[in-house]
Amino acid sequence: MHIALGHYLVLAGVLFTIGIFGIFLNRKNVIIILMSVELMLLAVNINFVAFSAYMNDMFGQIFTLFILTVAAAEAAIGLAILVVFFRSKGSINVEDINQMKG
Amino acid sequence: MVAVVFFYIFAIFLVISAVMVISARNPVYAVFFLILAFFNATGLFILLGAEFLAMLLLMVYVGAVMVLFLFVVMMIDIDLKEMSRGFLQYAPIGSLVGIIILAEIIMVVGGFTYDASLITTTAVPIPDVAEISNLEAFGLLLYGEYVFFIELAGIILLVALIGAIILTLKTTNKAHRQDISVQVARNTETAIEMVSVKSGQAFSKNDTIKMNKKG
Repeated sequence: MHIALGHYLVLAGVLFTIGIFGIFLNRKNVIIILMSVELMLLAVNINFVAFSAYMNDMFGQIFTLFILTVAAAEAAIGLAILVVFFRSKGSINVEDINQMKG
Repeated sequence: MVAVVFFYIFAIFLVISAVMVISARNPVYAVFFLILAFFNATGLFILLGAEFLAMLLLMVYVGAVMVLFLFVVMMIDIDLKEMSRGFLQYAPIGSLVGIIILAEIIMVVGGFTYDASLITTTAVPIPDVAEISNLEAFGLLLYGEYVFFIELAGIILLVALIGAIILTLKTTNKAHRQDISVQVARNTETAIEMVSVKSGQAFSKNDTIKMNKKG
């Protein structure tokens, strides 16, 4: 392997930052926020697999599998909540989600 | 050398498509760019020797989760003009936070070297690919040492399945279903209503109920 581990870590860091920036930038569309969360989870997965390959440890890959499971469950529940919210409000604007006045 | 070239191709396309995901005005385009991002991540996983995870990412994410996103995007009526209004309102604070986080991550990661003695602390060493393939190693671990974890993952998916159905299921009372016990329990008293209609007036259902209560 000619690519240093740092390359993968920096790539995952850039991807994670893009995900955070997406959440800040997009105060309109809840779907884009969910996609930003998916990007951040992907960055974490890249980190796990890179460490797994460079430290010759299988457990990183096993853990990535469970992260994928939880991410899929999270996406399903998040989209279900989104659909229910759209039914009651007729919009998915983040600024409309203020019923609890928190 | 080929691996380095492929790493940079995958990495550059991954970052470009991630930027397009958060900047696309139309959510459908954002979903497509997210699919492209997952494709490039798949390439990176194959470069790292995690073939099974790469295929899993392709099938579970691109095949299932992204299609779910696409369905929801198409089901929901989105006002694109309303969505793009004030698009860059939060860009300054967002880029400030983003740049600080990125700088901190690169500062931590840039000087990162790991001790060679760490190689002896591995929990499960990756077996030689020539003897045991990645998929076989995965299966041996998942259904051997970590079998309770995969059962737990199954329970999480089951809970998510039930939760998603309960959240979105809308029961309507429009369907007329046959209820045999109600049908059998009918007799002449409940089946026939005697109504006296005043002459020259129409009557509604409410009138009949009132009359029944009276008499």
